Amino acid sequence: MGWLVAFGLGFSPADRDQKESVRILYVHVPTIWLAYLAFVVTAVSSGLYLFTKKQSLGWDRAAGASAEIGVAFVAVTLAVGSLWGRLTWGVFWQWDARLTTTALLFVTYIGYLAVRRLGGSHQQRAKRSAVLGMIAVVEIPLVHFSVKMWRSLHQEATVANLDGDTKMDGIMLFSLFVGVIAFTFLYVWLMLHRTRTMAMEDMLEDRGLDDALVARRAEAANQQNGAH
Amino acid sequence: MEDAGFILGSYFLTFATVGLFAWRTLRSGRKLADQIPDDDKYWL
Repeated sequence: MGWLVAFGLGFSPADRDQKESVRILYVHVPTIWLAYLAFVVTAVSSGLYLFTKKQSLGWDRAAGASAEIGVAFVAVTLAVGSLWGRLTWGVFWQWDARLTTTALLFVTYIGYLAVRRLGGSHQQRAKRSAVLGMIAVVEIPLVHFSVKMWRSLHQEATVANLDGDTKMDGIMLFSLFVGVIAFTFLYVWLMLHRTRTMAMEDMLEDRGLDDALVARRAEAANQQNGAH
Repeated sequence: MEDAGFILGSYFLTFATVGLFAWRTLRSGRKLADQIPDDDKYWL
């Protein structure tokens, strides 16, 4: 992260068109790319949960943890993007195709996290959220290619485009690369910790349920003994 | 220098959001870890 700050705010030069505001893109672009990755991991983990024989809750927890991190990254993308928009376009928000589809992606995954918090057993939670996780991922190409599909105010992809032509200066591209690496490490670290926390939450919930069952059985046995 | 406020603000916003998420995850992890025996922590 220190390298990202050093390159993003220091070593990288100002852009010819965007001037100093280009520095915002070194955090804006990596956060949305990592959000895409996080939601793809959610979809893949959801598929692995649904379509493997064992139906391991580990896949479900990986899907949930990845979605949470993705939502945090999209929130950063939207907030930081609005600051960039204010400098570049003169407004914080515009109902443009890219911005609107990104906001829709954010709301969809907030909904996914809300569905995970509905009642029921762990397996019920895993099944319903896995289905949603696999459907919601189709929004990613919609967001990414929205600038091509509709007339958009947002600039087209500079690096991740289909023609493979990268329209960036070397040091600028390197600064962006540093951002992507930094956020990738952060994503992996957060995934490790969040999946463990979720596993502990599940264990404690199971233990609470087991304790309640034991208490209820003991109560029923006492009532039976009292009746005799 | 209006730009500087927006640029520094965007970096601050990014690190603050991610830092808050990481801090919450670590704090809840530590709280839960105290209630669970080490034998059940398969990652140890």
